[in-house]
Amino acid sequence: MNLKRLNLEPYILLLPSILYLTLFLAWPMVQSFGLAFQTDDGQLTLAYLQRMFGDAEFAEALRTTVKLILAIVPLQFLLALAMALLMMERLRGSNMLVYIYSIPLAVSDLAAGIIWFSIFTERGYLNSLLHSLGVLDKPFLFLNYQTNWPIVAIVLAEVWRATSIVFVILVAGLQSIPRDYVEAAEVFGAGWFKRVWRVILPLLRPSIQTALILRTILAVQVFAVVLALAGRGVNVLAAEAYRWYGEYRNPHMAATYAMFILSISLTTALIYLRTLRVKEEMRL
Amino acid sequence: MKRTRLIGRGFIYLAAILIALCILIPIYLIMIAAFSPRDVIYSWPKALFPQAISLETMRFFLNSYKVLDSVRNSAIVAVLTLVVSLLIGAPAGYGLARYVFRGQDVFRVMILSTRAFPIVILSIPLGVTFRQWGMYDSLISVALLHVAMALPTTILVTSSVFMGISRELEEAATVFGCSPVQAFMRVALPLALPGLAASAIFTFVLSWNEVFAATVLTLFNRTLPALLIVQLDQSPVAFRFAGGFFILIPAIVFMFFIRRYLFSLWGITLK
Repeated sequence: MNLKRLNLEPYILLLPSILYLTLFLAWPMVQSFGLAFQTDDGQLTLAYLQRMFGDAEFAEALRTTVKLILAIVPLQFLLALAMALLMMERLRGSNMLVYIYSIPLAVSDLAAGIIWFSIFTERGYLNSLLHSLGVLDKPFLFLNYQTNWPIVAIVLAEVWRATSIVFVILVAGLQSIPRDYVEAAEVFGAGWFKRVWRVILPLLRPSIQTALILRTILAVQVFAVVLALAGRGVNVLAAEAYRWYGEYRNPHMAATYAMFILSISLTTALIYLRTLRVKEEMRL
Repeated sequence: MKRTRLIGRGFIYLAAILIALCILIPIYLIMIAAFSPRDVIYSWPKALFPQAISLETMRFFLNSYKVLDSVRNSAIVAVLTLVVSLLIGAPAGYGLARYVFRGQDVFRVMILSTRAFPIVILSIPLGVTFRQWGMYDSLISVALLHVAMALPTTILVTSSVFMGISRELEEAATVFGCSPVQAFMRVALPLALPGLAASAIFTFVLSWNEVFAATVLTLFNRTLPALLIVQLDQSPVAFRFAGGFFILIPAIVFMFFIRRYLFSLWGITLK
């Protein structure tokens, strides 16, 4: 290949994608800023931001969203790691297991919400099971907003639905770790726990990073699961953004919420990138 | 020693199977709910095994106001999304896989970072823009947004598909007299087809499932998830169960076809 002459072919191939993403991804971002910080006649303002921070619903939505992230993400990570390590054991039928473990990957958040609603609702499967075990004689209202049960149901639904994406990313990462490294550690007498902690986890860092960033960003915008399980009883940031746009017809406030969601996402992504930094000498 | 190993092995299998059951049982429950007649759905306590299989609930759901329209809308949006994102994304994937060029790494990192982009942030400004363009409540606007959401993944996956096909095969074809375009069409494309199909299926499911943007961008022309979520509050549980199961079907069917490609679809990390 002649490197001196600029080869235009790859740029031509990439051009449509770049144009599309500029028009429908980068530009809307800029516009989002405009909506959040400008009035309709184009004057800069912090009024929307102040209004959002002053809103009673905002504090509630933020608290619930943070609570959900703190419960969901670590649970998913530990569970997915356990599942991925199980797959390292070369079980019989592991192809089938990988398929089953990844089914929820294709399940929509709305469907997951409805599925868990059928379990937790008043005459649902959980109450029926508890009744047949003789624990309850009449249905218990799990989805009552005065209790913490709706949050528990949302966490379970999210863990059920979105652990598989972490699982798939971790398994892909595990596959790229050369077997010799793990075997060498074993030869030198490292037990299972030590092998995981000292060899596998450090080498898995890039995958862990990606999985955590992806999951946290998706958890910040949790929406349909919450609506399906708790309706208006539980409020989260994305649902507030939706309400300001769809019900109160105020795109400025909706965009302010959206920008707030974006800023949380970016901050957590940066935190992960810094704390899980992959040192040059540790790269494979 | 051998005995403890055996017991340990047994526990590993037990754990693996338990996890699989935890994943499958909720799907089983919604399935029996969707195929139970109405009196069983409202009964208490509910049986954990199907009592009578009936299409009554599913029929009730599909015959409900606007449901069939929304199913059709969802299918149109999903097909549009997969066609457009493949047409735009596959060339970029090919470019990334086959050429070495200035700015390649920057492009790759940008694509990777946009993959996890919050859909909420795109939906609201695009909702405003589409309204200005007179495209409010149109399926095309939903598809355009879904393409923006799916394109980064399409590019990454197609690039890994083309990387798996040796460049020498195409070079050999040109030696035998094919033009570069012919070499691509006759050699690389047929080999890439299964991978491209997996990517397309994945995009279809992504679009079929997406609820936030679809709800923000439509009003009367709802896609199925959008219709369900705005009606959830006022609809009977039978409607919800059948609807929940109905959105689930393509997801499970399609997962079966793309299971071999799972790791190239989602296993790509930021390095």
